[in-house]
Amino acid sequence: MVDMEKNPFILQMKGITKQFPGVKALDNVTLEVRRGTIHAICGENGAGKSTLMKVLSGVYPHGTYDGQIFFMGNEMKFKNIKESENAGIAIIHQELTMIPELSVTENIFMGNEILNRGLIDWDTERQRTNEILLRVGLSIDPDTLIKHMGVGQQQLVEIAKALSKNVKLLILDEPTSALNESDSANLLALMKELRSNDITCIMISHKLNEIAEVSDSVTVIRDGQTVDSYDIEDGYVDENKIIRSMVGRSIENRYPEHESHPGEVIFEVSDWNIEDPEIEGKMVCKNSSFNVRAGEIVGFAGLMGAGRTELMRSIFGRNYGIYRSGTIKIRGREVTLTSVESAIKNGIAYVPEDRKNLGLNLLDSISKTIVSANLEAILSKGLISPDKEKAASEEYRKSLRIKATNIDVGVSTLSGGNQQKVVLSKWMFTEPDILILDEPTRGIDVGAKYEIYKLIHELADQGKAVVLVSSELPELLGMADRIYTIFEGTITGELQRGEADQESLMKKMTITSIA
Amino acid sequence: MKYIKQVLGGDLRQYTMVLALAALIIVFNVISGGRMLTSSNFQNLLSGNAYVLVLALGMLMVIVIGQIDLSVGSVAGFAGMVMAIAYRDLNLPWWLTVLIALAIGVAAGAWDGFFLAQLGIPGFITTLGGMMIFRGGVIWISKSISVAAPQELKWFGAGYLPEWGPTFTGMNNSTLVLGIIGIAAFIIAQVRKYKRSAVATGVQEPIWAVAVRICLVTVLIAYFTWLFGSGREGTSFPVPGLILLILIIIYHTITQRTRFGRHIYAVGGNKSAAALSGVNVKKTYFLTMMNMSFLAAVAGILFVGRSTAAGPADGTSWEMDAIASVFIGGAAVSGGVGTILATMVGGLVMAVLNNGLMLMGVGADKTQVIKGFVLLAAVAFDVYNKRNGRSSSGNK
Repeated sequence: MVDMEKNPFILQMKGITKQFPGVKALDNVTLEVRRGTIHAICGENGAGKSTLMKVLSGVYPHGTYDGQIFFMGNEMKFKNIKESENAGIAIIHQELTMIPELSVTENIFMGNEILNRGLIDWDTERQRTNEILLRVGLSIDPDTLIKHMGVGQQQLVEIAKALSKNVKLLILDEPTSALNESDSANLLALMKELRSNDITCIMISHKLNEIAEVSDSVTVIRDGQTVDSYDIEDGYVDENKIIRSMVGRSIENRYPEHESHPGEVIFEVSDWNIEDPEIEGKMVCKNSSFNVRAGEIVGFAGLMGAGRTELMRSIFGRNYGIYRSGTIKIRGREVTLTSVESAIKNGIAYVPEDRKNLGLNLLDSISKTIVSANLEAILSKGLISPDKEKAASEEYRKSLRIKATNIDVGVSTLSGGNQQKVVLSKWMFTEPDILILDEPTRGIDVGAKYEIYKLIHELADQGKAVVLVSSELPELLGMADRIYTIFEGTITGELQRGEADQESLMKKMTITSIA
Repeated sequence: MKYIKQVLGGDLRQYTMVLALAALIIVFNVISGGRMLTSSNFQNLLSGNAYVLVLALGMLMVIVIGQIDLSVGSVAGFAGMVMAIAYRDLNLPWWLTVLIALAIGVAAGAWDGFFLAQLGIPGFITTLGGMMIFRGGVIWISKSISVAAPQELKWFGAGYLPEWGPTFTGMNNSTLVLGIIGIAAFIIAQVRKYKRSAVATGVQEPIWAVAVRICLVTVLIAYFTWLFGSGREGTSFPVPGLILLILIIIYHTITQRTRFGRHIYAVGGNKSAAALSGVNVKKTYFLTMMNMSFLAAVAGILFVGRSTAAGPADGTSWEMDAIASVFIGGAAVSGGVGTILATMVGGLVMAVLNNGLMLMGVGADKTQVIKGFVLLAAVAFDVYNKRNGRSSSGNK
């Protein structure tokens, strides 16, 4: 405690290295947070921010990582989350973790109930809840059920819960990603107020304007390493500097050579508006318009939660969200796609980003998966012909070099790259004109990535319109002929291959209004 | 072991239940002093269990989509009762009353399917409601009294195939013809599969394995043909057994060879992935539930035919036997897994247990206890097997 007076840092993480089988998620990361500040952590998806926070909070217990953590001057060796919470560290996750069917009071005191002779003392709990809610600026009946509250209010309750445990360091993981503008502003104001009450905050965020508004210092993490860390002076944030640090890696020769020959525009989406199915009034796509030519690879750049997947899935037979307005034209003819079936019939294919949950039935074999979106093609006299099924799947196994002993092997036994090849086969078998690939190389090793890139080029050469959604900017720059950027459901820019670079893209991906 | 594997064709695990069934039959036959494997016993066993097996056909599909149907027993009882009352009070021709019963089944299924597909209410709840509604309905309309059924139905529920032709065969010739058709169909299918395998996959299985397989199955079918056909004069392979056989072929084809069949497995395996592959999930739910109640009506008709009257308690807890058959046959509670043929084996295990214990003079109370343990053991064994199977294939 004596030390604390001299030590300006509430938290020092030194030389943190975290290994996963085959990957070094964190490599000698250093993070120093001064007491009573708001400290922003930036980095691309997968840079290692979340892993770092998991190390800090004890999700990865002491001993599973290298390096030291000092909190309020003492070295900490957390074995679990409970220990870090007791020390005064709380994390507010992106996905809220409260129980919707229970009241605010019950949630705030969950696992921490105030007892009176073995029974819950409701009066005291309610009274304490009222006091705490006041601190986060929420005037609401403590008996309100969580499910009846908006996301913004829920987040405030979550913060209130942390405050009830005497938190010293509050970590907010992309706190505004699910919030609308007024709720976001509200939250940022609260963070400032907490700061004045000597509560330190770490904010993980992509949104540079928010960082500029509230934070005192910034640390940038890239590929598991700290690349930059500095104080912000007088509220001036050099966005370009942060962006350069976030993306500053060179594009190696990881993409096959290819020359595109775009033809006519065959796919056109205009003024597309989609409402969030869960949050009323929140638009996940706002007046989005884009087009794709035959034989062209069009990239979509956007950070996680920007609305890329929502846009694509809503186009694919309204599989996501509530359709409000907008039109789709295929080869100049307007089509109304109200079901996935109709989208497939009209020549659209969508390879989802979440392979295991949306792309595959893990109980199926390779052959059953490949034919599953176009069973018509293997019918013979109205019945599925095992011969046609085998022939078709065998053809794809060979041409895409799917590594498996035979086509009757279950897809669950394949590696990520081979699973993705099976999913791609499934959609190629529907003979689409328009292929929407959502993060087609996520979780795939470098070699398989290269093969998938070559496949994408082949598809474009066959005259198909290819939409490539990716959060890896080098991938887009290496593959796409044209790139659209999305931020908060809005298409914020369109760049030709020649004029795009990582910085210009990142800028349009993180800022709403471009001057 | 390797040779056995080649004859049976790959995955031995699916045959464990078949072997268990064979073992059960043999053990009961020994203990009961040969009373198990007699013509009359097997004829009874089949016609007395056909209705449960018919229910299990539909239940398999319901369980594959990840649902459950608790109302089938009540629907069966209700359909049978309406049929009997329509015959008694309205003097309708017997075939028209049968159609009415089937229509009631379809309507009841549409009701369940509507709640599941359109409102998203789980099948467990909807059909629990249906179970009470239709059970109450049976007792209500029958005033708790059995109603005589049209005599013509007895042929469907407990009848035998006609006797004809020469007597030197020493058995019922209809059964003989059935057996010959069965053997011929199996041989043709095997030969075609053998020829095809080379073309499609490039891997030719050894011809001796095919030959041994054909011999084994031929002997098996021939034995049962003899067993069913050589009973006392006027008996044969039972008619409800034949109806079941036809339904098995139809539903095996539906589940394995049609788009709808694929959709059932797709929805049960991963609903979201199925939807993103163009499967109409709601329609699949609806049709599966509707089909289940249709088969419940068929089961009800068979049962009423066999007992020549519709009783207010008909169908009580039949759903439990059907569900048990499906799970003993290796279906997964979480959906997506299970086949018609394995379900039939599961159902036969239950039927043979019932029958064998009865022959041994074991009371209904103890039979129930034993069946409960067998269900648990079978599913535990299956789960254990699958877990091992998964880790071993993962190590490859």
